[in-house]
Amino acid sequence: MTDITATVAPPRPTAASQLKFYGLWIAAAVALLLLPKIFSSGGSLTTFSLIGISIIFALSYNILLGQTGMLSFGHAVYYGLGGFLAVHAINIIGANKWPIPLPLVPLIGGATGLIFAMLLGWVSTQRSGTAFAMISLGVAELVASSALILRTFFGGEGGVSADRTKLLKVFGWNFGPQIQIYYLVAIWTLLCMVAMYALTRTPLGRMCNAVRDNPERVQFVGYDPHVVRYIAFCFSGFFAGIAGALSAINFEIANSAYLGAVQSGTVLFAAYIGGIAFFIGPIVGAIFVTFLSLALSDVTPVWQLYFGLFFIAVVMFAPFGITGLLMMHRPLVRRGTLGKVLPWYAIALVPTLALVTGLMLAIESIVHYTTNPSDDPNIRSFGISFNAASPITWAISLALIVIGFVVARYTWAWVGQAWDEATAQPKETAA
Amino acid sequence: MSTAIELRNVEKSFGLTAVIRDVNLKVAAGERHAIIGPNGAGKSTLFNLISGYMKPTTGSILLRDQVVSGLAPYEINRRGLSRSFQVTNVFANMTVWENLRCAVLWATGHRYAFWKSVENLPEVRERTARILQDISLTARRDIPAGLLTYAEQRALEIGITIAGGADVILLDEPTAGMSHAETERSVALIRRLTEGRTLLIVEHDMSVVFGLADRISVLVYGKIIASGTPEQIRNDPKVKEAYLGEEAA
Repeated sequence: MTDITATVAPPRPTAASQLKFYGLWIAAAVALLLLPKIFSSGGSLTTFSLIGISIIFALSYNILLGQTGMLSFGHAVYYGLGGFLAVHAINIIGANKWPIPLPLVPLIGGATGLIFAMLLGWVSTQRSGTAFAMISLGVAELVASSALILRTFFGGEGGVSADRTKLLKVFGWNFGPQIQIYYLVAIWTLLCMVAMYALTRTPLGRMCNAVRDNPERVQFVGYDPHVVRYIAFCFSGFFAGIAGALSAINFEIANSAYLGAVQSGTVLFAAYIGGIAFFIGPIVGAIFVTFLSLALSDVTPVWQLYFGLFFIAVVMFAPFGITGLLMMHRPLVRRGTLGKVLPWYAIALVPTLALVTGLMLAIESIVHYTTNPSDDPNIRSFGISFNAASPITWAISLALIVIGFVVARYTWAWVGQAWDEATAQPKETAA
Repeated sequence: MSTAIELRNVEKSFGLTAVIRDVNLKVAAGERHAIIGPNGAGKSTLFNLISGYMKPTTGSILLRDQVVSGLAPYEINRRGLSRSFQVTNVFANMTVWENLRCAVLWATGHRYAFWKSVENLPEVRERTARILQDISLTARRDIPAGLLTYAEQRALEIGITIAGGADVILLDEPTAGMSHAETERSVALIRRLTEGRTLLIVEHDMSVVFGLADRISVLVYGKIIASGTPEQIRNDPKVKEAYLGEEAA
């Protein structure tokens, strides 16, 4: 190393920070290993498997949106095709008794995603922005509708099913029990996370960021932004295919829903709610969104409505997602001024919760009247019993919304002031 | 002396409007050549044509005796021509270090590599560090480029332009909007960084132009009306009438 890199270049990571870095990955691996020991019920194992699949899918999506600045409305195409090919592969391998074990099937899904991304991506990646988004939507519709037309391959409305236990056993595992599927998903999740993180640290990964920030300038430092976008797109398709294959293995079926707009929308939600500006964002988002959709669908039939409202709230008030909100507080933690803000959060939370409760009462009452008006109006949602037919409920709901909204505005302004004080303090002491 | 850039009968029209009209220009290798002219004369368009950002309507552009008109900007860049922009054009969300490193990666042969860590490339580190020191932004290394001051962003703009090691450099109004002191520092920087390279510069500040350039071309309404040494340009009656006269008035 020459003098100039020693003095001018960013310092090499110290042994301590490297230990911390690798420690984090090892901790994640250990957590994945031990999770079923703590939550061993079949339901939680299924939830964890879904979360793992969702993490891979959301991270693959963020290669496009967060890393390279491409907004796709059709990422489920590569997920779904990976899933269908995986199901067909399981059936063919099982029928011919080929010596290919189930844990390798996700690679078939990945290869499918990669090949279709290579085929479909060259044209769409010529431009980013609106043109790319529109083409992705068109391709998604095309593939989703062909899933219902090409019945021999896609199985029509019913989809294609497979028996995952018919493949070569690995160490006596036939991958029938959910716990074995959990470990299969966990290993693939870890592998994909490491691979996609490593990708961000390569010359290609950095040029993806450059293309995201300023595709025009990239051309004048020797790079073709189209090629950068295309390679990123191919990687994204590859990992989406792996996620789709894991999903097909998990459910032992692939159907047209895998390819649909809802699937494409959910992955966008997960990545965005988690925070697309951070590598960890889509991971956080995938965990959060999976839990939220499972929990909400248990308590209300219109859970997608709440989901949509939540998404709008994130876009409006926290454009950097949950991870962005957490990261905002890092400087406060470092300065030790977090305590100045927290009490104000607690205060602001009260009217905000009142507002949310009012909205919930209103939504549930309206839903009751539109879907089954003749039923008993005494309903229960989110653990609260109320009479949807009573004017008192309507009055309370309206009062909560109006008062909650007005008071919340004041209290959040106070939070803003407390925030300014908490961040401005070091300058004052310095002066 | 060999020719670095040559324009032969170059014309550029947008619809019916001819912005560049029959321009012939030769810039010798190693020369510092300034292009001056009133607002709207077509100076930036000329840069866009040479750097491949736009394609000429007719005529041809040669870089070291090879035709480059019609090539994409990145292809021209790979042949050793690099340009800066009049409006700062950096990677706003990336740090100063990352900005410069992006400009070094292609030139060091790493291209679209996805199998090696960008942190473990010693020659990239060294070259990026050298540019960072050259543009005196070492203290701002880890700041996102979007948060730099205007003058710092202009310095970074020049840094990105020269980082790839191109030997033909096009600078589009590098000192626009700068204070007097900042301008002086920038000129010193440009003089130092373009040592031994060919420089084509568009500039409004006459003290910069006459202090820096070996030769000057005057562009008025898309036509080059005079080309010569600073002394010749200063005394050219056509230039006085069309350009310097206006300035003085």
